Amino acid sequence: MKDFIKGLWKDHPVFRQLLGMCPALAVTTSAINGISMGLAVIFVLFFSSLVVSSIKKIVPHQVRIAVYTVIIATFVTIVDLFLKAQFPEISRALGPYVPLIIVNCIILGRCEAFASKSSITSSLRDALGMGIGFTWGLLILGSIREIFGAGTILGVKIMPANYNPLVVMILPAGAFLVLGLLVALMNKIEE
Amino acid sequence: MKDLLLIFISTLLINNLVLSYFLGICPFLGVSGKIESAFGMGMAVTFVMTLATSIGWLIYNLILLKFGLFYLEYVVFILVIASLVQIVEMFIRRYSSSLYQSLGIYLPLITTNCAILGSALFMVTRNYRFLEAVVFGFSGGLGFSLVILIMAGIREEVQYVNIPRIFRGAALTLITAGLLALIFMGFAGLIAS
Repeated sequence: MKDFIKGLWKDHPVFRQLLGMCPALAVTTSAINGISMGLAVIFVLFFSSLVVSSIKKIVPHQVRIAVYTVIIATFVTIVDLFLKAQFPEISRALGPYVPLIIVNCIILGRCEAFASKSSITSSLRDALGMGIGFTWGLLILGSIREIFGAGTILGVKIMPANYNPLVVMILPAGAFLVLGLLVALMNKIEE
Repeated sequence: MKDLLLIFISTLLINNLVLSYFLGICPFLGVSGKIESAFGMGMAVTFVMTLATSIGWLIYNLILLKFGLFYLEYVVFILVIASLVQIVEMFIRRYSSSLYQSLGIYLPLITTNCAILGSALFMVTRNYRFLEAVVFGFSGGLGFSLVILIMAGIREEVQYVNIPRIFRGAALTLITAGLLALIFMGFAGLIAS
């Protein structure tokens, strides 16, 4: 249980470890994009951890990073082709950030730091915890940016009709500012 | 020639890989504490990115497309980058120990730098010709170096300032990056679209 819980808050991948920044900032222009990216990462993280921890005894130490990267790239290709075929509009919205999951440091980081040293079941718990932690981080970030930047949440209008959207929130600069403030908020709560 | 210049200016300043595509954020936050290490990282990225887009272009257009293997794109690109980093590291260690001293420790980190893979993917989706891809890779790397150097310069000054405890470290760096991104938006006027 401890393996699962720690990714949700104490070792939160985005707010605590500052991993996976690139998709966290890039795709969170809306809440739905944040959730889609989170689900894609959960899938890749789950199956990569499964494979890495099953083959940990037969991979030579010197080439392990290359092996992990190829395993991750394979699952990312599966996700990418699946999204292109089944959810073309989400695939368009996430754009190049789906293939960029390959170099998302959360996945390689968990494979190297945890799955390559632990049993299959605890690796899977760790992967799920980190993946769900990442997803709620993206959901919060995406919701804040969508509410202030477009006045909507999951596409439903919630701000009053005369609300003037802060366009900067859905621009790159807004992503940095909101994430910076959220990290500061997490530090405050932790105190 | 004009096309190449446009790609150069736009990748360097307007569509900066770090500030508008969020590529290479990890080293941007992690290695921007000192100007000296930021410079080393910037040079290493520029070097590998130029090579990776050039070689990636050749492999994608001459091998993958020809044999209809485009679904191997991601696996091939990540392997090209990983082996390129390895070769460059061995080459530098063999022929220039001073360069190895300054770039050596940054090279292994570059394999998982998403700016390198990102620039290779952008080169494919934007259908660049060979020379355009080379210029794109080079200016992308220079743009990364420029931004990480500015950030390191700011952070070297900020450490003497008394800032609230909760903003120390990553939070302030991210907010600074946000302000930098706002400033760089001003460059958008350089090219009339």
